Amino acid sequence: MAFSPETAQPLNELAEVLLRAPNSLSTSDRELIATYVSSQNDCDFCQRAHNAVAAYRLEGNENLVDEVKPDFQSALISDKLKALLAVAGNVKKGGKSVTSERIEKARQQGATDKEIHDTVLITAASCMYNRYVDGLATWAPTDPEIYRRNAKLLAEREEGTENFNWLQEQIAVRELLDVLNAFAQLLDVRFDLQCQSHDR
Amino acid sequence: MPHIALTEGLPGIRGPMVFSPETTKPLCELVQVLLTGPHTLTPAEREMIATYVSSENDCYYCQHCHGSTAAQHLGGTDADYEFIREVKQNFEGTRLSGKMKALLNMAGKVQRGGKFVTPADVARARAEGANDKEIHDTVLIAAAFCMFNRYVDGLGTWQPQDPQVYREIGQQTSKLGYVGRDYKKPLEAIAGKRRGSRG
Repeated sequence: MAFSPETAQPLNELAEVLLRAPNSLSTSDRELIATYVSSQNDCDFCQRAHNAVAAYRLEGNENLVDEVKPDFQSALISDKLKALLAVAGNVKKGGKSVTSERIEKARQQGATDKEIHDTVLITAASCMYNRYVDGLATWAPTDPEIYRRNAKLLAEREEGTENFNWLQEQIAVRELLDVLNAFAQLLDVRFDLQCQSHDR
Repeated sequence: MPHIALTEGLPGIRGPMVFSPETTKPLCELVQVLLTGPHTLTPAEREMIATYVSSENDCYYCQHCHGSTAAQHLGGTDADYEFIREVKQNFEGTRLSGKMKALLNMAGKVQRGGKFVTPADVARARAEGANDKEIHDTVLIAAAFCMFNRYVDGLGTWQPQDPQVYREIGQQTSKLGYVGRDYKKPLEAIAGKRRGSRG
């Protein structure tokens, strides 16, 4: 996104509308759809990022998100969300995999036209973002704390503001710590840093 | 029949776009940036990437809309439309530049999944003269059309088979681009047939 700000702007706006704008589907439901699809597409960065936001939206319930990804039918989520995740699974494979029967099952659980539309588009968009991230072989940090802190800021920031600079700063700080600690091991010393909240 | 209630008579993505204007705005802005405007890849070349990926995803509407737009950018003749058909079927065997063949190869890998793009694919593109922006934009065009194809097919949209519909769409899009358009306005190729059938 930093490489190509002209495309970053509509990509960010699309994600904002799909995942944060007022909707009869909760933000946690929508983030769970994005997390599920990203895990099905085996995209490390995207599933970690949305995993963290979904968990934040579920008041820190990371266990639930971890249950949804491999087997949502057994997870403690609503039947409507299960039906929409089944639709998402079809869309991920390809649009033509979505059958009328699958849609009907979602309607029987109370899904509206808009909720079906948004589920299809969140899934389709996730398939785009996953390919974008992996197709350029981007680097994904592995420290879950980075994603937790980013999720908190993403969820709490005012609509339209960005915090990618903070994420990049945190990654740089942690990389520096890794390098310092590698040298420090030689001296039997350890460096650490308390990550401070970003003031806005 | 579409899976949700969409405006009758609007083909392909137009129905969902009218249904959901809030998401249509960034979607149109994205494709406007990717496929139109000044670039080292021509509009025809960028539309070819979109067309190829859409045909690999077997999306009838998208491959014919963007195929027609690409053909219109090339000149709009029957030979141009035939060339686009050849690109979809076997781009390696066409008269396309070595760079375009390498970029289409990358696009094909992205269509399968981001992780299918190998260092050898990127090296081939660079050896043919592709720069960072061209590689970035090829990956993003391919990724974006994996979204658009799923959106159009996933909602079960109406996809007419009349080639005149796509010729008209290609003529409009090649001249007007993707933003500031009235997608509610019926296409003449569709409205004309409906008037005719009413006698």
